[in-house]
Amino acid sequence: MIEVRIHGRGGQGNVVAAYLLAIAAIDEGRYAQAFPSFGAERRGAPVVAFVRISDTPIRQRCEVLNPAFLIIQDETLLHVPGVLDGLVPGGGILVNTELDNEALSAQLGQPGQALPATRLAVQILGRPVPNTALLAAFLALTRILPMEALVKALSHRFKGEVLDKNTRLINEAAQKVPAGLWQEVAHARSA
Amino acid sequence: MPEALEGSQAIARAVALCRPHVVSAYPITPQTHIVENISKLVADGKLECEFVSVESEFSAASVALGAAAAGSRAYTASSSQGILLMSEVLYDIAGLRIPLVLTCANRAVSAPLSIWNDHQDSMAVRDAGWIQLYCMSNQEAVDTTIQAYRIAERTELPVMVCVDGFTLTHTLEPIDIPDQAQVDGYLPPFKFARALDPMNPMSIGTLVAPEYFTEVREVHHRALLKSVDEIESAARDWAELSGRDTAGLLEVYGSPDARVGMIAIGSAVGTLLDAMDRYPELGPVKLIRLRCFRPFPFEALKAACAGLSEVVVLERAFSPGSGGIVATEVRAALSELPEMPRVHGYAMGLGGRDIPLETYGRALEVVGREPPERFAVLDLRPEQIPAEEL
Amino acid sequence: MSEISIPVSKLRKKQPRFQGIDSGHRACPGCGAALTARLVTEASGPDVMLANATGCLEVFTTPWPESAWRVPWMHSVFENAAAIAAGMESAMKAQGKNTKVIALGGDGGTFDIGFQCLSGMLERGHNVLYVCYDNEAYMNTGVQRSSSTPHAAMTTTSPPGKERMGKRHLKKDIVAIVAAHHIPYAATASVAYPSDVRKKVRRAMAVDGPTFLHIHAPCPLGWGHDGARSIEIARLAVETGMFPLIELERGGLADVMPIRNPRPVTDYLKPQQRFRHLFKDDVRAREELEHLQAIADHNIEVYGLRGERPDALDTEAADTAHRGGMRWA
Repeated sequence: MIEVRIHGRGGQGNVVAAYLLAIAAIDEGRYAQAFPSFGAERRGAPVVAFVRISDTPIRQRCEVLNPAFLIIQDETLLHVPGVLDGLVPGGGILVNTELDNEALSAQLGQPGQALPATRLAVQILGRPVPNTALLAAFLALTRILPMEALVKALSHRFKGEVLDKNTRLINEAAQKVPAGLWQEVAHARSA
Repeated sequence: MPEALEGSQAIARAVALCRPHVVSAYPITPQTHIVENISKLVADGKLECEFVSVESEFSAASVALGAAAAGSRAYTASSSQGILLMSEVLYDIAGLRIPLVLTCANRAVSAPLSIWNDHQDSMAVRDAGWIQLYCMSNQEAVDTTIQAYRIAERTELPVMVCVDGFTLTHTLEPIDIPDQAQVDGYLPPFKFARALDPMNPMSIGTLVAPEYFTEVREVHHRALLKSVDEIESAARDWAELSGRDTAGLLEVYGSPDARVGMIAIGSAVGTLLDAMDRYPELGPVKLIRLRCFRPFPFEALKAACAGLSEVVVLERAFSPGSGGIVATEVRAALSELPEMPRVHGYAMGLGGRDIPLETYGRALEVVGREPPERFAVLDLRPEQIPAEEL
Repeated sequence: MSEISIPVSKLRKKQPRFQGIDSGHRACPGCGAALTARLVTEASGPDVMLANATGCLEVFTTPWPESAWRVPWMHSVFENAAAIAAGMESAMKAQGKNTKVIALGGDGGTFDIGFQCLSGMLERGHNVLYVCYDNEAYMNTGVQRSSSTPHAAMTTTSPPGKERMGKRHLKKDIVAIVAAHHIPYAATASVAYPSDVRKKVRRAMAVDGPTFLHIHAPCPLGWGHDGARSIEIARLAVETGMFPLIELERGGLADVMPIRNPRPVTDYLKPQQRFRHLFKDDVRAREELEHLQAIADHNIEVYGLRGERPDALDTEAADTAHRGGMRWA
């Protein structure tokens, strides 16, 4: 079972990101579960969402304490204590940042994958919502689902021009990270 | 074909499939998405019903009551403060033996103020005279909602479907939504013999003097006790139709010949099941999920616990000044066994505190303790209690 | 066909009235609430469904296992008659039925504890006729004051004494509040004018939307007078201007029952024990009488109650003739 924790700030589509990932997995016939760390969120407040993906039914409903992967939607959260807690050894951290991989990894004190998701989103969508780009990069890195699954998941919510732009964004973002870099980790967890 | 749905969304679809005539709604976290989804279905013409946005939960229950009394299938949902505010009407509905289904999106009750998941709300009204069923998953919430209407309309007892707020309502997972034909086959149109009707006028809700009161209450009590049959047959028939078994009164997992048992309620059972698989060395353990809390399934529970020497009860509410609620009723039931197991009672996950996999192991540490744990909060953080209160 | 002439007195006997509430209930002799229920259901006919709040009416009509009601009737709790009615009305809409839903509440269940449910029902535009029988206190529980209790009246929770002259606050203007919801029709009526009550009920029944009737209903026990004088005292309330009879449509004044010769307020107050402290030799008492007269004068002025018009069709016979036709037995 693959467990992912997504950290963001209220208003960045933190829950939506989690739901989209789960929807993509479910559409592909996998079992998945996504939920926010429920709270009275306000715009800007740190928020967390959890995703589990598995080939067998998922029964537990506790928060993800030991994620295989972390997706950080807002790099200022790296200064918030606990954000990186519990990551499994060798687990992947994907951060929305303008820093390059080296600078990011130096800051984290461990390897991290950087993606200028907000910039890409502004360029292509015209809105600074980093979700789609981050999820696309995540799927490129882990190969746990085909990219089409993400497009399909988006098509439940968006149509026409917005969907087209998102599809372009997905392709752009996917190319910005080394494909399959986290495939082994993902595969190991899937077992 | 399972769809990726948020729990609330799925429950709304289930309600719509039951073809209610009247839905009354007042928002309260974490139930809001249920009524929002229903109103969207109505707005999109996918559900034809009178959707009444009332001005408080008190009116939500009252509108549903008025509608059902007038012969229309009705629905409402609430949580926490809303359940407490409508409690007067909840007692009235049950006492009047009006069939209704209500979703309680379980949430703690102020004070302290909390929007998060525990069972204080539904437990607070356990004596109102409703059937109370607790769901372990969102799939079960869908299936149970549909069963609830059948149970309510056959027993003329209202049914409260308890679904963990946030933990289930706001979780997205794959859910099979039955098709309309399936539900129509299972749930006939609402025919209520005592519906208000000018062609056959009757008076409902009269003043009942001491001469007559006791027997009315006894009949209600007996109806609840007898309803176990309908609850079980509703689940059986639905399992046959849908291929999904929600269990009737309770469900037993784990080792059938274990001597240690664990009893739990609601979505926490899912976590305990995964923990049981992950930590087989802590077993063998028999895990019993209590699906039906009212009526209390005395015989089924006794049968499930026969042969156990220790039982750990894990619940998500408690009675201040006394202790466990479920544990107390479990002890009462098991005291009727020729060899009563030692029962330990714990509350956990209060006010939405996360219930991690480790809970399973920690709960089992109490086994063998002398004397048995009457009541304690399993996930207490003593360092957060001021020194003067310790 | 030859002409048949029937004297008016016989005509009444030939036209049976619908009886929605049977005799044998447990109300006090002279009860205004019982009379209200009788008049309302007579005018409404049998194709109705009643939602009754807790209070005198509900209690004295339904001592299990007996019920005085001949129409479908339901009592839930104190606060929710309007919400129960809203639920019933929703059911009728969903079932495609025309049965009119009538909510019945006393002043307690309408002005106070039922206020929220009432406002909600009105705001949502339910096709419900809400009838408030106003006996100006929580009579069922022993004459405690409600927000409908008139200024200076004595109740068990607004007793006169060294520091007090009865209820301090003014009577809540419920019709103005209801009218502010801009509902199609709201009116006041009095059991002293039964044909007027029936007329207003019929008017409200014909409206597809929320309507409200505020009916003044004396309580001999609570007001402190002989049951035989209930009608007389209710009439005095109208004739002094203390209880104006008005009709409002969408919040605007549509009609009034004029008072040809307004009587001094003391004519109304004196026969009632609940105002007896105002007739002591006490400067505060005299002040309160002035206050009450001022209230009455204000009502007369604000609603334009002074006036003449041909005798209102206010007699039993005239009303019967007006109605004509077959009636349910």
